[in-house]
Amino acid sequence: MTEADSPERLLFASTAQAFLEKEVPLRRVRELHEAGVSFDPEWWRRAAELGWTSLLVPEELGGGSVSGNGVEDLAAIAELAGKTVAPGPLHPVSVVLAGLVDAGGHESVIEALVSGEAVASWAVYEPGKPWTPMTSTVTATPTASGFRLDGVKDRVEAGAESAFVLVVAQSGGVLRQFLVPTDAPGVSVDPQRSVDLVKHYARIGFGGVEVDESAAVGSPEQTPALIERQSQIAMVLQCAEVVGVLDTVVDFTIQWAFDRHSFGRPLASYQALKHRFADLKMYLEACRATTRAATAAVSNRDRAAEVAVSVAKSYVGERAPGMIQDCVQLHGGIGVTWEHDLHLYLRRVTLYRSMFGTPEDHNLRVYALTKDLESAS
Amino acid sequence: MPLIDPNDPPGADRGEEAPWHRAKELQKRLYEGGFAGICFPREYGGLGLPIEYQKAFDAESRNYEMPMILNTPTFTICCATILDTGTEDQKRRHISAAIRGEEILVQLLSEPSGGSDLAGVITRADRVGDKWVINGAKTWSTSAFAADYGLLLARSDWDVPKHEGLTMFLVPINSPGITLRRIKQVNGSVEFCEEFFDNVELGDDAVIGEVNNGWHVASRQLYHERRAVGGGSEFASGTGAEGKTDVPVSFSALLEAIGRPNDTRLQEMAGRALVHRAVKEQLIGHVYHGVNDGSLPPAAGSIIRINHSETIQLEMDTALAITGSAGVVEGVEGLLRVGERYLSRQSASLGGGTTEIARNIIGERILGFPREYAADRGVPFKEVKRGRS
Repeated sequence: MTEADSPERLLFASTAQAFLEKEVPLRRVRELHEAGVSFDPEWWRRAAELGWTSLLVPEELGGGSVSGNGVEDLAAIAELAGKTVAPGPLHPVSVVLAGLVDAGGHESVIEALVSGEAVASWAVYEPGKPWTPMTSTVTATPTASGFRLDGVKDRVEAGAESAFVLVVAQSGGVLRQFLVPTDAPGVSVDPQRSVDLVKHYARIGFGGVEVDESAAVGSPEQTPALIERQSQIAMVLQCAEVVGVLDTVVDFTIQWAFDRHSFGRPLASYQALKHRFADLKMYLEACRATTRAATAAVSNRDRAAEVAVSVAKSYVGERAPGMIQDCVQLHGGIGVTWEHDLHLYLRRVTLYRSMFGTPEDHNLRVYALTKDLESAS
Repeated sequence: MPLIDPNDPPGADRGEEAPWHRAKELQKRLYEGGFAGICFPREYGGLGLPIEYQKAFDAESRNYEMPMILNTPTFTICCATILDTGTEDQKRRHISAAIRGEEILVQLLSEPSGGSDLAGVITRADRVGDKWVINGAKTWSTSAFAADYGLLLARSDWDVPKHEGLTMFLVPINSPGITLRRIKQVNGSVEFCEEFFDNVELGDDAVIGEVNNGWHVASRQLYHERRAVGGGSEFASGTGAEGKTDVPVSFSALLEAIGRPNDTRLQEMAGRALVHRAVKEQLIGHVYHGVNDGSLPPAAGSIIRINHSETIQLEMDTALAITGSAGVVEGVEGLLRVGERYLSRQSASLGGGTTEIARNIIGERILGFPREYAADRGVPFKEVKRGRS
């Protein structure tokens, strides 16, 4: 990617990296966890000042990206965040912004999100249900002035920290999305723990929540494309962050193989281990390749983006947890201690394996999309 | 060029004679039309154009019958290596003859005594008067029966360590003293050959590169081979399957054939294989660009090499699982082929260097891990222990 090498992109990335390394090193992630905190809102405002929330937003709405390719810039930030399994609502805020910007309207919320003053999240999952973003049991019943929302969403990232949620609902058999303030009467928020140290989720109930007509995001006709776009952004960010994790963990495990000696020779000299490292390197490059392909497709809004994203999500989701477990094995006993940082990384990739569709879900999707392609040709 | 359906190309079994005659004929037509050897230099019969022209031609030629089987090894490995290491005269003669569709070239590298340890070859090249006399045996030569010339690696000095006493020769396959035998593979293919050399005489003009510097030439071949196998050679012309047996499995067609098109368990398995197939292609591009821009070392070709065979394994395993008993006992039209293909699954993990060697290469030349212990390092070759073969 030539854009990846542009001086603006490199400066943007190095600024982000310095900020992450200084402000949220792994030690800080552990502190946040011990304090039961997901992220520090003040820290997030400063991340927003660095431009992290502007990337998907056009300049006339207060956004903009250094390279002119916001999706790739955002993926670069996610990859850097993976290096220290950073906290923060980068994913939920970006996904909501992607939807709002494509739908049109909601300028003041966009402004609040871009400035980092507010956080928003996508309420798409429902209790007990797998990843089926195009269905909803939450209902939006038309009222005199707008809609009344009823039902429950869950696995809403940073739900308890969000001022707004973008809710997928069905209204008379038609899929719609609504931007709902979490302090609206009838909204209940119950935190949900995750395997990650700092990624918090929430179950959000809507008990007769009245919203204005203007809370709707996009028209009924726009909604499937908006949901697809939001899903694609969510998955690209996940994959990019996982690539950052894998890059870091494979790297320090290779260093470990040079440094650690047994029977008077470095671990790196044993062929049995060398071959495992060769596989790790191969899978790492494959994860990078498929993530880049998906990022480019989403960035260009290619027709093939749908399948490219599912390919990447399936492959990265399948490989990453096993790769980190391999690194645990290669570290030996130290790898399963709380003290060692490996589990911080393992937690994040395990979480991401299953969120926004498991590899198995995406395999089915790739099969269906490929079959359509075959019969169309 | 004749029009074809790229999803159902004409058979081009490398083990038969006819496809090779056909390929030469097609290559002649390409040459006459001014589209042959796009990336080879003009002075050697090519067009001297950058890879973008080849890619554009590939896209345009997708629906036409192309001499695909000439790509590897003739153009992507043999001609590419002659271009790197040959004399002016060798380049003018052989590269242009291949481009005109008059010569097919092959590699004569592996030997019956061992494949992975290529520098340990024991075919002899003895200096007798002003001639070289070749004695020994080569094996696993792709389609040597159809070839005009072969790049033959032989030992010309036994008193120095193994890499230092090798010489590469370009030998006419019809030379007196060469006996050629077909190898029959598990899947019935007879494309590979074994050759025996009994006092085959060659002149100095047959030497490629320098005497005793044959390892350098062989290394170029291996380099070009890794790129070619991964689909990253600018010297390949045309794109798509070589022939019927090379067309990728259509998993949805398999599900239809066994009458379970809506079985989600099978769809999921098939989907996983399709994901890995897609990533294999993405990885080829990623590594090609990575090597070009220096973010990956040239040895990264081995990453593509392993991933290629792993993906083929997954595809064949998946096809076997989906077809069930229909893949092993005749009954449903065409499905027994799935079981037969499965039997030679490991070919992709062996040909062009085993995946074990490729993993060593990744460990040692990409990650920088210590080299494996080698008992023959720095030892005169005649003192190196060899197995009984």
